[in-house]
Amino acid sequence: MASYKPVAIPVVPKLGEKITQDTLYWRGYKTPVQIKEFGAINKIDFSPVPPYNYAVTASSRVHIYGRYSQEPIKTFSRFKDAAYCATYRDDGKLLVAGSEEGSIRLFDISGRAPLRQFDGHTKAVHVVGFLSDKYRIFSGGDDYSSSVWDIPSATETVSYSEHSDYVRCGCASKLNGDVFITGSYDHTVKVFDARTKSSVMTIEHGHPVESVLLFPSGGLLVSAGGRYVKVWDVLKGGQLLVSLKNHHKTVTCLCLNSSGQRLLSGSLDRHVKIYSTTSYKVVHSFNYATSILSLALSPEDETIIVGMTNGVLNVKHRKPEESKEKSQKKRQPAYRTYVKGRNYMPKQEDFYVSKPGRCILRKYDKLLKSFQSSKALDAVLEPHIRLYTPEVTVAVMQELNRRGTLRSALAGRDEKQISLLLTFVTRRVIEPRFTPVLITVADMITDIYQPVVGQSALVDKQFLRLQEAIGREIDYQEELLEVLGMMDALFATLTEKRATYLEENKSNGLTKTLDQDISI
Amino acid sequence: MVAPAALRVVRCGGGALHGARAVFSVGARQAGRFLLCASGDFVKMYSVATEELVRLLRGHGDLVTGVQLAPHNHLQLYSSSLDGTIKLWDFTDGILIKTFTVGHQLLALYALPASEDSVFVIIPKRDTYQLVSVKLTKAAGQDMEAKELSVVLEGVDASPKCTAFGREGEYVASVKDVSLQVYFFKRKQLNRFSLRATNKKGGNNVFTCVACHPHEDCIATGHADGKIRLWRNFNHKKEYTFSTLHWHHDKVLDLAFSVEGTSLLSGGVESVLVQWHSGSDCKKDFLPRLGSAIEYVSISSDGTFYCTSHTDNRITIINSNLRFSKTIQGLIKARDIKTGLVVDPRTKALVLNGEPGHLQFYCLQSDKQLYSLDIVQQEYIHQAGLNQSDLARVAFSAQGKWLATVEEREETDLELQLKLWFFDEETQSFRLNTRISMPHEDHVTAMCFRDMDEMEDDSLMLVTTGRDCVFKVWVILEDTDPEGNWSCDFVGSYHGYQATNCCFSEDGSLLAVSFEETVTVWDSSTWDLKCTFCHPPGKIRTICFGRLTCSKYLIGATDHGFLCCWNLLSCALEWSAHLNVVVLQPDPLSEYIAAFSWLFKESSLFVFKPNEPRPICIQRKFCKERIQFAAFVPRDVPETIGSEKYLWLRRSQLFFLTDTQELMTVSTKSLEERLTLSSKQLAVEESLPVTPFSLLLGKHRQQQSQEDVDLGKIVRHHREQDSPAVKELLHTPAHVLPSASFLCPIFINSLLVSKENKSVEEAPAEVEMESEGAEDDSDEENTVTEMKQEDIMPTESLGETTHKLSKSEEKELRKIRKTDYSWISVF
Repeated sequence: MASYKPVAIPVVPKLGEKITQDTLYWRGYKTPVQIKEFGAINKIDFSPVPPYNYAVTASSRVHIYGRYSQEPIKTFSRFKDAAYCATYRDDGKLLVAGSEEGSIRLFDISGRAPLRQFDGHTKAVHVVGFLSDKYRIFSGGDDYSSSVWDIPSATETVSYSEHSDYVRCGCASKLNGDVFITGSYDHTVKVFDARTKSSVMTIEHGHPVESVLLFPSGGLLVSAGGRYVKVWDVLKGGQLLVSLKNHHKTVTCLCLNSSGQRLLSGSLDRHVKIYSTTSYKVVHSFNYATSILSLALSPEDETIIVGMTNGVLNVKHRKPEESKEKSQKKRQPAYRTYVKGRNYMPKQEDFYVSKPGRCILRKYDKLLKSFQSSKALDAVLEPHIRLYTPEVTVAVMQELNRRGTLRSALAGRDEKQISLLLTFVTRRVIEPRFTPVLITVADMITDIYQPVVGQSALVDKQFLRLQEAIGREIDYQEELLEVLGMMDALFATLTEKRATYLEENKSNGLTKTLDQDISI
Repeated sequence: MVAPAALRVVRCGGGALHGARAVFSVGARQAGRFLLCASGDFVKMYSVATEELVRLLRGHGDLVTGVQLAPHNHLQLYSSSLDGTIKLWDFTDGILIKTFTVGHQLLALYALPASEDSVFVIIPKRDTYQLVSVKLTKAAGQDMEAKELSVVLEGVDASPKCTAFGREGEYVASVKDVSLQVYFFKRKQLNRFSLRATNKKGGNNVFTCVACHPHEDCIATGHADGKIRLWRNFNHKKEYTFSTLHWHHDKVLDLAFSVEGTSLLSGGVESVLVQWHSGSDCKKDFLPRLGSAIEYVSISSDGTFYCTSHTDNRITIINSNLRFSKTIQGLIKARDIKTGLVVDPRTKALVLNGEPGHLQFYCLQSDKQLYSLDIVQQEYIHQAGLNQSDLARVAFSAQGKWLATVEEREETDLELQLKLWFFDEETQSFRLNTRISMPHEDHVTAMCFRDMDEMEDDSLMLVTTGRDCVFKVWVILEDTDPEGNWSCDFVGSYHGYQATNCCFSEDGSLLAVSFEETVTVWDSSTWDLKCTFCHPPGKIRTICFGRLTCSKYLIGATDHGFLCCWNLLSCALEWSAHLNVVVLQPDPLSEYIAAFSWLFKESSLFVFKPNEPRPICIQRKFCKERIQFAAFVPRDVPETIGSEKYLWLRRSQLFFLTDTQELMTVSTKSLEERLTLSSKQLAVEESLPVTPFSLLLGKHRQQQSQEDVDLGKIVRHHREQDSPAVKELLHTPAHVLPSASFLCPIFINSLLVSKENKSVEEAPAEVEMESEGAEDDSDEENTVTEMKQEDIMPTESLGETTHKLSKSEEKELRKIRKTDYSWISVF
């Protein structure tokens, strides 16, 4: 025997990004803390030792911030002009920074005055860093040269001038104390070994290199420049592994997360993209207010700090882990009720008759079952249904329309109810999934209540609002159609070209056509 | 036996079960209870306990209009029919006792205990109808004339529901339009009461049915506006009274008083059975959602069962406490069959529209509904004039793993939904996988799956064509679910013409889509338009690809009566014929195609192979009704077909549905064969007492049937030997055959009659001889064996003739075989 079938509520698939493990992980940060600096922030570096303070280089100062402090806990301001690239040593005790005037200064974290000063570059030094043997510093300057300095003696041990443009980025190998890498605006990345007189490897990036990064294993090298992030296999002699083009402005900074599984890139297009280092697909992305110059991730991904061109430092802390205490079970029912009837063992010859599951009907379904259409409509206009699950309201309206009783359900309502109905319709009629049904409803309401227009200020106001909303929607649709027309014209010209382009390009492999696709 | 039997049209289901009120037979036990109801030309007897069809009483030549138990012998039954006869049956044994010829069309039948030897019938009299009593003579003899008619009432309604006899046959009440007339037999007094056509509130007072209280002077009448009036005191012309009961919102279709008269049952369009208690308005019970409008309500004579007959060919048996008990349903009659006849590859059941919003799976072997799948999943409101969504298209994938359905509801704007169902092995039913709302902007005209082995799942695709001038290709996206979700893959169109039909070739590499007058052929891997075919006069009605050896042909039928066959290799018209084809149905197991035409108000059947323009079988004017849909259903066992002409019926059976939703099939078997088969199936074992004689008879019958089977085997053996092997050899294209030297011995071997065959033939005869010698004790046995021998005679002679025929040939063939054929291989 058939039983009553409840109203089917249509489920609309959620569009947009899917919830993955990654989105959940990267969303788990609190609302950011904004700190204003004096100028564009060109470098952020975390101290490798607890309590993980970080050094922020902006304008002519280097500020050291504590993990949760809003104010700098220490400032190094002995620079005449802009300071660059303040970097911690592995033990977190020393800090080195380049400067606009060409000198490199070495600070003790506890002190104020520089311990050493290395002079030798003739122009601004944008990149400095410690080699992993801790006693040497490498640097690259706008005078196209890169050098290695000895800390105890404060002397230059070796100098290379192989780049043909500004050297703007670099990093040192964590495994070999002699190897460091510099990237330059001459579109190349060079690998140097301090023991040799010249570079050991040159990689052609194709765009001015803004940032380089070496994987902890030392096998993979990531370079960023122009709109591209490129990954190279160093062990294979600098072979291109993958070229990522997910930003639409210059990529300025790169960073690895603590596990080394994710690569982050910040760009002038105000986005930070997070890639998986296995598939090199974007798994998440952050959006910021202005162009990003620098980016750093604390150990354990505890904090993401982004420095921007307008001197704002954006600090995001990870939310503390949800305590599992809350989900503790409610009090169990008494033992006696719990075991009642459960310990009965059916005998062999017993027939087992399963009890048919009782289906519990919602209130509107009960009313629809007994053909009380007006009351069913009232039931779905209750605030909690109307506001949080409008699809239920609309589905019931549709069901009433199907039964031919929508008109009588809408009729005979007082001022308050009409205004409530009209508010609902005005608000939801522009949602595409509700439009067909709500247009019918709006039609019927205007039909039914046409004679009483002008008797209530409240209802009149709602009618005007409805008219306004629909007018706005029509304008919007017209605009959309115009855009569509324009795009059609564009596509028409484009497809023709592409067809020929494809013909020519078949031998060149797939990468170029892929690029073409993305640019479209 | 081998003589070519003519093709006969056999009705196999879907006859209306509701020609008249059903009748319960009287029996002490529930198990012995039967329900008798009129169904088309037959009276069907169902067991109340098991809902099985127990017996089919056949003999009437036209629609059966009335079924009544004989008042004085409850094991006999009167039935009346439009062919003008009243027949008296012994329904427990299925024997026709007497036939009374009345000579007029009989529209209703009433038998009363009060009138001993007469029954009442309604017969037409020019434009009106009259109720007459017919005297049934008790003289011996099978066929009787019953011409003694006496008119009781003039101007009655034709419907059997509009006349009722009250209180031991003292009076008769009849309603027509807005008047009620009551005739008292004893006083010979006729009272007329009439109502105004409409009352003040706009109700419609037209009478629809009437029922009389079994013990009191009370008449219940149903009205078109849903009111029920209870009339009392109607033996006075002026002082009559009536009270009104109102629950139904639409026409009351039937009324019935309970046996004691304490309650009244009413049913109507709402498909709710209402039980009114002792006339008081306030107390009533309901049994809702009975499926479809209630046409008749009847009550068993002891009041333990109610039974409702519904408009969709269904009978529901209800316990007296208004608990649903059982349902008897054959092919459910849908309001409008849009899906066509589809065969479920898994169960081999016919699938078509059933209850509103449901898909019925109808088992052809048992004439029963297997199950009904709820597709729309919305509450169906039984109300006239409501537009509710219904199923429009159905398609199964090759193995029956996927089911695609399209449902539509048309009001001011169209609501369309495409649903894809996945067969769940665990629950053994279809589960909704994907729901796509508005797959097309306009009606979906056709839908088909790519029919391939589903070993490789990525080859599965669905094509829908719509009146919005496009066809769409749907495929499974695997990434989300383990089973995957369906989404649109390709949209194709052709010059803004409406797409009307689609069809995949057998290997799935080509898709043919017809756009009004043009057929387009698309490559299914790249979606390139390969070629177009057009045969100017008329739009394309149906298209299909040839199969097996004929897979290079595409067949299309146009509106203006042309059947065209295109060759896909040469892209040219192969042949065309002037034929108004309504339905074109290819057999999935062979290359034959059946075409039904409709000309001069008669349907004809043509069976042809695409590679020959000349049809293999023509059956002109075999059905007076227009054929709506047809389907080939694969047989479980290939049948033995005598003549070459009907070879196409060997592997599958052709079923078709007429305009009146009757399911028919064609058969080469003669009527007797079919009858014996069915009667054997229907034999009621439980009612037969076990006597020594019956045991003997049973044994004899069994042996006879075995002989029949043996006979059949031999004949089939011959057929299989000389036709398919040779035929295959002769009809396979030359370039695919192995070398001639290899084939020659096989070919000649196939022409020989093998020795094993001969021994098989002789073996049964020998066995029979032995048994004859051994069992020579009693006289009865002797006669039985004699009869047997008579039966054997034709077998032997048949065997011998074939034997003799072949013997002379055999020698020659052997000679040929010995000669050297190596010279052939030189070529």
